[in-house]
Amino acid sequence: MGMTMTQKILAAHAGLSEVRAGQLIEADLDLVMGNDITSPVAINEMKKMKNQGVFDRDKVALVMDHFIPNKDIKSAENCKCCREFAARQELTNYFDVGEMGIEHALVPEKGLVVAGDAVIGADSHTCTYGALGAFSTGVGSTDMAAGMVTGKAWFKVPAALKFELVGKPSKWVSGKDVILHIIGMIGVDGALYKSMEFTGSGVKNLSMDDRFTICNMAIEAGGKNGIFPVDEQAEEYMKEHSARPYTVYEADPDAEYEAVYTIDLSALKPTVSFPHLPENTRETGTFGEVKIDQAVIGSCTNGRISDMRMAAQILKGRKVARGVRCIVIPATQNVYLQALREGLIETFIEAGAVVSTPTCGPCLGGYMGILAAGERCVSTTNRNFVGRMGHVDSEVYLASPAVAAASAVTGRISSPCELED
Amino acid sequence: MKANGSVFKYGDNVDTDVIIPARYLNSTEGAELAKHCMEDIDKEFIQKVHPGDIIVAKKNFGCGSSREHAPLAIKCAGVSCVIAETFARIFYRNAINIGLPIIECPEASARIDGGDRVEVDFDSGVITNVTKGETYQGQAFPPFMQGIISAGGLVNYINAK
Repeated sequence: MGMTMTQKILAAHAGLSEVRAGQLIEADLDLVMGNDITSPVAINEMKKMKNQGVFDRDKVALVMDHFIPNKDIKSAENCKCCREFAARQELTNYFDVGEMGIEHALVPEKGLVVAGDAVIGADSHTCTYGALGAFSTGVGSTDMAAGMVTGKAWFKVPAALKFELVGKPSKWVSGKDVILHIIGMIGVDGALYKSMEFTGSGVKNLSMDDRFTICNMAIEAGGKNGIFPVDEQAEEYMKEHSARPYTVYEADPDAEYEAVYTIDLSALKPTVSFPHLPENTRETGTFGEVKIDQAVIGSCTNGRISDMRMAAQILKGRKVARGVRCIVIPATQNVYLQALREGLIETFIEAGAVVSTPTCGPCLGGYMGILAAGERCVSTTNRNFVGRMGHVDSEVYLASPAVAAASAVTGRISSPCELED
Repeated sequence: MKANGSVFKYGDNVDTDVIIPARYLNSTEGAELAKHCMEDIDKEFIQKVHPGDIIVAKKNFGCGSSREHAPLAIKCAGVSCVIAETFARIFYRNAINIGLPIIECPEASARIDGGDRVEVDFDSGVITNVTKGETYQGQAFPPFMQGIISAGGLVNYINAK
């Protein structure tokens, strides 16, 4: 029996010719990543270890992104802990205010991950990098600490689900709608412990940004990782962003999948996840009026340049509805600068939106857009759990940048098609 | 190793945001995090929990954010074991790595009610519902994970290597 793409990468990193689903292995890591929330815990754990040094100062990345610029004294102390650790360990890849971005947008942009890599990150959305044909998965802080010291992590080799993508998405349908549709179909534990392997003739019709968004939310279906095959678009992206050599792995024709789903991208509609689970999906046009108080456009899911362009295209020449706060957060300094150069920032400000420096802030109810009791937010982020963005009685509706921008204009959750009529 | 306590029962998909809301993630101290454990799903939990008590939930416990603060808050709140039908994978790893005993058992998850008195034998995986006079067979850890647990977590396991 053949191996899936994920299994091949894991076998190669464990020094084995083959692995099987369920097998426990120890794999060499190409990158160990953490942020300002998870790294301080890892750094404290590392202090208890015999070996106090990182395995490779080029292969550990710390990205300050959740609560910075520091939201309060405790957050400032956490960042200080990371900053001092990075200096002490002489880390090559430490990103602070001025250089930082939201980790899962920044790490690929900086070329720190390429196809064939095995990566762990102390953040659940580390699965994002599967878009590049890498195995990457989220872990906790103790795993991060062990990874920083040993350069290794233990894994149970995952079984796989295959998503055969066909067709071409219509104008206002993007990667976000694809992954929300899939989560709605299989549920928030539909891929529990498994890898989600995306393939098929429709892949070429998805941009790299779409693929990052899709892999980013694999965790919202319980997946261990999401992964795309490496095509010309992916190779172009890697050549543009990284000097590192990459290795292309392909699934064997007889690889085993627990289930195969065919998704016709041309049949998808702009999709919204209703509170309080990402699996509560509904297509726009199938529900009544849902008034909103806030729209957030950004995050590791949807803060990339194509997201900014999509939002600006809708907000151009229009105004954010009275009573709605629209918060736009480019995910990295580069995205911010590019958006500025293209005039997108001007469009946002003229429309009545605010534009923030990169931060995870509002997505997890940290700061920069907390909700009061009874308030509703349409958000391009990835979770709509109870209290995720503020008060336990507030509500988050997950959607694409196109839907969030259109909703900001109408003041209720809307498909961009409504603005075209 | 055994756990013995009174049960707090929850449903499906208990996420790490409700276990420890992000507004408290500016702290890394277990004792501080424990004060807010389960706050957004059960405000009274922290007043009512006694050392040794057990959390029982349905499927996909600990889904969402990878924050290790979640199992840490549960452990530091005095909880001796979490039983669920299934666990989200990052929470599962984190719990093992920090030494919070967890056990998957669909039958126990279905049969045990809040307030039941329950005993868990981690070596055998047997869960005894003292209140109802029933026993359920939970899944014991594979030897590799038992190694991490008996070493007292991943850090000690690596130090001993």
